[in-house]
Amino acid sequence: MSFGFTGVTVELGGTTAIEMVDLDVEAGAVTAVIGADGAGKTTVSRTLVGLLTPTSGTVRRPSTDAIGYQPEAAGTWRDLTVVENLSFVARAHGLVTGTDRQQELLEVTGLGAAADRLAGELSGGMRQKLAVAMAMLPRPELTVLDEPTTGLDPVSRAEVWRLLARAAGEGTAVLATTSYLNEAERASHVVVLDNGRVLAAGTAESIRESFRGLLGVVASRPEGAPAWRRGNQWRVWAREGPLPAGARVVPPDLEDVVTASAYARREAR
Amino acid sequence: MTARLAETSAISKRFVDNLAVDGVSISVSAGEVVGLVGANGAGKTTLIRMLLGLLRPDNGRVMLFGQAPTRATRRRLGYMPQSMGLYQDLTVAQNLDFTARVFGVEPPRLEGDLASLGDSLVSDLPLGLRRRVGFVAALSHRPDLLVLDEPTSGVGPLARAELWETIHDAADAGAGVLVTTHHMDEAEQCDRLVLLSAGRAVAVGTVEEILAGQVTIEATPADPAAALDLLETAGLPALPTGAHLRLPGVSVASVRSILGDEVHLSESGSSLEEAFMTLARAG
Repeated sequence: MSFGFTGVTVELGGTTAIEMVDLDVEAGAVTAVIGADGAGKTTVSRTLVGLLTPTSGTVRRPSTDAIGYQPEAAGTWRDLTVVENLSFVARAHGLVTGTDRQQELLEVTGLGAAADRLAGELSGGMRQKLAVAMAMLPRPELTVLDEPTTGLDPVSRAEVWRLLARAAGEGTAVLATTSYLNEAERASHVVVLDNGRVLAAGTAESIRESFRGLLGVVASRPEGAPAWRRGNQWRVWAREGPLPAGARVVPPDLEDVVTASAYARREAR
Repeated sequence: MTARLAETSAISKRFVDNLAVDGVSISVSAGEVVGLVGANGAGKTTLIRMLLGLLRPDNGRVMLFGQAPTRATRRRLGYMPQSMGLYQDLTVAQNLDFTARVFGVEPPRLEGDLASLGDSLVSDLPLGLRRRVGFVAALSHRPDLLVLDEPTSGVGPLARAELWETIHDAADAGAGVLVTTHHMDEAEQCDRLVLLSAGRAVAVGTVEEILAGQVTIEATPADPAAALDLLETAGLPALPTGAHLRLPGVSVASVRSILGDEVHLSESGSSLEEAFMTLARAG
């Protein structure tokens, strides 16, 4: 089963939030939507779960009761304990006998020892794991999480991604948004958004392979070619023909591919 | 290296029962970009506030330009907080004018694609441009030491490349730069890094120095979900990456003992993020 968008455009208050976005969120896999603030990540999430209506295009999603959704920086009740948060979700979904599932999720999130603590007293990482557990609890067909890892340390971020992988392992179609490009490696499918449009899509590997031309490293800013700084050196991009003299060819990483695509798009405008 | 502009010696700060910074020593010299990397709550902001002289350490010593922080040393500092320190309902020109007057200098000229923005309200600008204006304001009195809190957070790829160019230009012109970030890809832009975890510096050095000897095992199990379960139960943190599981900072033998002899394992260098996980766990 696959959910997602075909050519979806959403206009909000007269401005185009996302434009002609295609998206496939497959069951049993984690799809990451990556972009900066204002790139359209939240609009994608809200449109996919049905909180926003697209101006044009088609949205494929299951019925509302088969969707788990965690909005950005929210999703837990701070004045309820960890267990109370989980049982509230269970009851809202009519799962009166959902305690086994709650116990299981407490274990996989490592929140067992904190079961009776107020959500408001948890660290950021623990609270996010609780939020993901709440979205996973009713075993939805589609789980959408808006920036579940923002502001977390690498260890907590990895734990949240492991939870997402687990949710996918249960057969759910998982979509998570993030502003961290290096999290692309954690997802089976990646959509990079820039200014509301898809800049690149595919697996992290296929995006890297989509790079056209040559990428080189030089010591100082080259004249007349697109270039961006990396530490003490410059990356220079030759779309056609050779690199400037003295440049050493390097394989592009995701950051390079995305920067180069953004360059190309700006020039095309 | 040239002159040490800022130096902390084993500084600590406790807030009630929270030891926010625990014996951290860092230094920033002229012409270098130092990255302070850590999560929210790792102690980055507390450390910066002590370094700037806005907060007094419980223990240890802070030296700015060879002396204890005073009002006079503040004139030589440029600080861009995460909120950018701009007045949203003033125009770009009014903001720069205000900052320049506070320091008693001429307001800076807006150059390049910022040149036409003088009359725009700050609140009307996209985030990338707002950050660049904040940067111009922080640089306007030609500070010797620049402290930037998450300077490119939330900014798109091109604006980010441009911001980094400006940061490196300032360092090339002789300023010392201290940058905080929780983006690992940004950390790789810095000359030197300080990895902060739970208030302590768990590693200090260049990216190469920090990555030296850091190894990650890549396992390719037939059933990744089941393997993830087994590893988790055994307390080994694994990162699902495509069809593989990456395990930073553990031995082949320990993975074999959990996943058995059949599973395919290979060893590779760690990414900065993986090294951070290993170091934070050990620290």
